[in-house]
Amino acid sequence: MTATEARLYRLGEFHRFEAQGSEFLYLVPAGAIFAVDEAVSALIESLRGGQLDHEQLVAALTDHGLTIGDAEELVSEMYHANVIVAAGSVPEKPQPLPDDFPIQTLVMNLTNQCNLSCQYCYEFGADKVATPEGKPKFMDLPTAKASVDFLLAESGDRRTIHITFFGGETLMNFPLLKEVVTYANHKAKENGRNIDFSLTTNATLLTPTIIQFLSENHIGVTVSMDGPKEMHDQLRVFANGKGSYDIIEPRVRALIENHRTRPITARVTLTSGVSSDVIKIFRHLKQDLGFHEVGFAPVTSSPNQLYSIGQKGMDGMLEQFHELADEYLEYAVRGEAHGFSNVSDTLAELCQGVNKSHPCGAGLGLMGVGPSGDIAPCHRFVDSDQHSLGNIATGIDKEKQADFLNRGHIDSKYDCHTCWARPLCAGGCHHEAFVRYGDTGHPNLHYCDWIRDWTNKCLEIYGAIAVKNPGFLQQFAERKAAQ
Amino acid sequence: MKHMRALNKKAARIDNYVSSRNEDVVAMQDHGAQRPHVPMGCALMFSPGWEVDAAGGTAGLCQPVERDIYDCFVSCYWPAQVPDHLNNATDWTAKCATATKDWRNLDIIFP
Repeated sequence: MTATEARLYRLGEFHRFEAQGSEFLYLVPAGAIFAVDEAVSALIESLRGGQLDHEQLVAALTDHGLTIGDAEELVSEMYHANVIVAAGSVPEKPQPLPDDFPIQTLVMNLTNQCNLSCQYCYEFGADKVATPEGKPKFMDLPTAKASVDFLLAESGDRRTIHITFFGGETLMNFPLLKEVVTYANHKAKENGRNIDFSLTTNATLLTPTIIQFLSENHIGVTVSMDGPKEMHDQLRVFANGKGSYDIIEPRVRALIENHRTRPITARVTLTSGVSSDVIKIFRHLKQDLGFHEVGFAPVTSSPNQLYSIGQKGMDGMLEQFHELADEYLEYAVRGEAHGFSNVSDTLAELCQGVNKSHPCGAGLGLMGVGPSGDIAPCHRFVDSDQHSLGNIATGIDKEKQADFLNRGHIDSKYDCHTCWARPLCAGGCHHEAFVRYGDTGHPNLHYCDWIRDWTNKCLEIYGAIAVKNPGFLQQFAERKAAQ
Repeated sequence: MKHMRALNKKAARIDNYVSSRNEDVVAMQDHGAQRPHVPMGCALMFSPGWEVDAAGGTAGLCQPVERDIYDCFVSCYWPAQVPDHLNNATDWTAKCATATKDWRNLDIIFP
């Protein structure tokens, strides 16, 4: 008897989904997406009841109308693709992290000061992790230059590197931003690297001069904005409680009209008061104001905050996400850009077939640096003593970095090990986990169902586009290739 | 693969891997996938005309035409594609006593 004939088969780890009348498999350990035919479905059904040996499986398939030759070939294909596995086989361990992982993106918090007082702010609000007492409020030029040098030195042989400017309110330190762009461009050229820039702003301080500078220097802009006036002004307020919508609306219009070198994105924080208004918010930002892309994220908070979204709110939000995703599909089939970036970002990851060891690049390919020069895993942890990973002057504290990365590794999140959505989610945001559970490495169990539902929806959209307009997916294949 | 169509990059890699397991290895194949290929060695291209004389024939050559391929093979005097006679095909010409008559016995070599 040969090894093949002696083998007992069981189903491997995959997620089945349907779109446009076709059936698909998402192979979880790989992150691979396949369109499959009836023969594969028959094979899966045959193994639903439990393990079968080779002969039994081939017999079950011939009962479904396959010839013995076809059945043998199918079993071999499915075995080598890990759709079915030998009983008793153990999943391969995830690869260990390389000792030296080059940074690609540095988020520079140019200031921790802000001219708004949004209640939900993770930097100033009730759930803040920052401990800015006694630290500089604005980054100075030597620290900024040292940060750029740090990025160049720590980015190894990466050809393209990124700097993201952040705050506080980023534009409160625009003079420094300008100097950093000049210095970083010069340094990158000297080192034979490509560098690009982006920033996040609340748009209150945009002027024609600033807009012109951003456009001329190809600086990507994300505006934090929560929708039409009545929604935006609920929480995005000045210190005196006055809403910021009227101030930013004309500035945003001027930005979108005059900054033509990079897409302009809106980033919406969803809170309990507006969680059922996703579509209304999207229409306003996309159609009325003209943002190229609009992305949504539920607010990060401990569960007892008034603005945090409860279970019911999350469900309502998901419904609206579904509706916008269906609309996205209609656009994609016509080959048009829709602008709902929650879908396009997920499609991009699905297209690459990512299978993450960590939920994001924080502490790995991305670092944050605060006005004091303290290094943080990302901008959300900047100025927090507890989460500091060293200082620009002294370099990365490798021990603390290893601790952060080990906690956040999918391997140590046992709850995630049986979840099919883990290749994309990997347990979710480190910062959210800390705010909710007091540990950056805790899986974000409060939104598991939500993530699975949304990932399934995006898979359906992916499958449907692959059937009806496969060329549309090409843009996602190329997205990362340039880096 | 016959029953699954790869839709993303990871799937394409799996497809490549599975195809390379299930299909024959062929000469000069590219990255595991079987493609239309040129067989290793130039035995199929062996024909009068390897080198021709001024009249387009082989009669006027200073050496018999068969010398060309034999010399590529035996003495490596010309870097043509011929079987590796040092390691893998030492007896490639064993059944070919006279090249003009027995050239059909010069078989394709699979690595």
